[in-house]
Amino acid sequence: MRTAVAVLRKDLLVELRTFETVPAMALFALTTFVIFHFGLGRATLSGQLAAGVLTVSVLFSGMLGINRLFVTEREQGGFDAFLLAPVDRTSLLLAKAAALFTFLVVLELIAVPAFGLLLLGPSLGPALPGLALVLLLADLGIAVIGTLVSAIAVHTRARDLIGPVVGLPLLIPALIAMARGTAAPLAANGAASVPLKWLEVLALYDVVFALLAYAVFDFLLED
Amino acid sequence: MAEAPAIELRGLARHFGERTALRDVSVLVPAGATLAVLGRNGAGKSTLLRILATLLRPHHGEVSVLGESLPKRAFAVRGRLGLLAHEPLLYRDLSGRENLRYHARLYRLDPARVEQLLEAVRMDSRADDPVRLLSRGMVQRLAICRAVLHDPEVLLLDEPRANLDPAATDLVEPLIGRAAGRTRVLTSHDPQAALAEADIALGLRDGRPAFLSPAAEVTPEQVRELYS
Repeated sequence: MRTAVAVLRKDLLVELRTFETVPAMALFALTTFVIFHFGLGRATLSGQLAAGVLTVSVLFSGMLGINRLFVTEREQGGFDAFLLAPVDRTSLLLAKAAALFTFLVVLELIAVPAFGLLLLGPSLGPALPGLALVLLLADLGIAVIGTLVSAIAVHTRARDLIGPVVGLPLLIPALIAMARGTAAPLAANGAASVPLKWLEVLALYDVVFALLAYAVFDFLLED
Repeated sequence: MAEAPAIELRGLARHFGERTALRDVSVLVPAGATLAVLGRNGAGKSTLLRILATLLRPHHGEVSVLGESLPKRAFAVRGRLGLLAHEPLLYRDLSGRENLRYHARLYRLDPARVEQLLEAVRMDSRADDPVRLLSRGMVQRLAICRAVLHDPEVLLLDEPRANLDPAATDLVEPLIGRAAGRTRVLTSHDPQAALAEADIALGLRDGRPAFLSPAAEVTPEQVRELYS
């Protein structure tokens, strides 16, 4: 755990110094909202459509973060330095997933209010507790899958393609649950509670893929 | 009973796809001795260092470091090895001090060790500058600090004095030189300098041993032939 904290701390410090990932993710999300605004030809959205737009925006912005997750390690020898240390390699999974989770949360702290201002018809306030719950569970799944996919991709020549090509299909269950789960709080006739079914799907997805990632991550780092 | 060698290679081979990077490499390096690995670019020197550092798996043969068989017991030797690679393995956007403190956390070392090393290589006054703003020689000094941070028993040195001026070379000598008492494997593009500080010399040509002998017995003809 101490190792994971050290790596996470380093990752957050590098991001604070460079601002290479989160601002790009946020800008991408904001651009997506503008594109949807004009593309759909509607001033406001609600319910399923609003949930879909928010899900797609978070997902595609998240892909930017996923693609950049191991870039510093690859370009600056961080992988080798970590692999030389007498530490449990799974701590890299924990740290990177936590870093990506943090980036996603920061992204949503910017993107969700912007979404509320630019596109959402109903008031965002009543929807926030349910929305936050779904987003946090979805972020966890995206962070785990993203870390796994990014660790695979970083060793390949087609690393920019591997993220979306491998990551998106794996993320489909989480995205369906996220879109369905957020539809109720974003409904036009006032915020409804998130259906428990979709929270359970997200939680199960997170647990299954976290265990899977834990089991295989060590092998991904092997020569 | 004789002391076990610090490094033992028997019939080591490593391939990258169709290309053979190392083949039939067998060496014994006693504890505290220095092995100089010589050869032209692409001869397999860095591959050999990476296998010893547990970063690459051997495809054939046996590799033992500090009595532990690799790659099976890699975890047991990682904390006892130091690698000074061709790349400094430092984050460019962090300062030298932040980089070394990060590594100190990975090795669970006292941060005081970082300060001690920064002072030893006279980098304490520039230790808070981002690595990307430092000269190559300064980065190399930090990389040496990183490699010896945990006081490793075996030091793997890939061109250790690259980019260092004579004053800096003197500064790092107590850390990576013979006097530090570590078992060392070093590569250099300057064969005479490498032979001068080595006990054993291994010449590699296209991944295969061209010669293996006490460093003092390597003839100028052997060196010339190796690099021809």
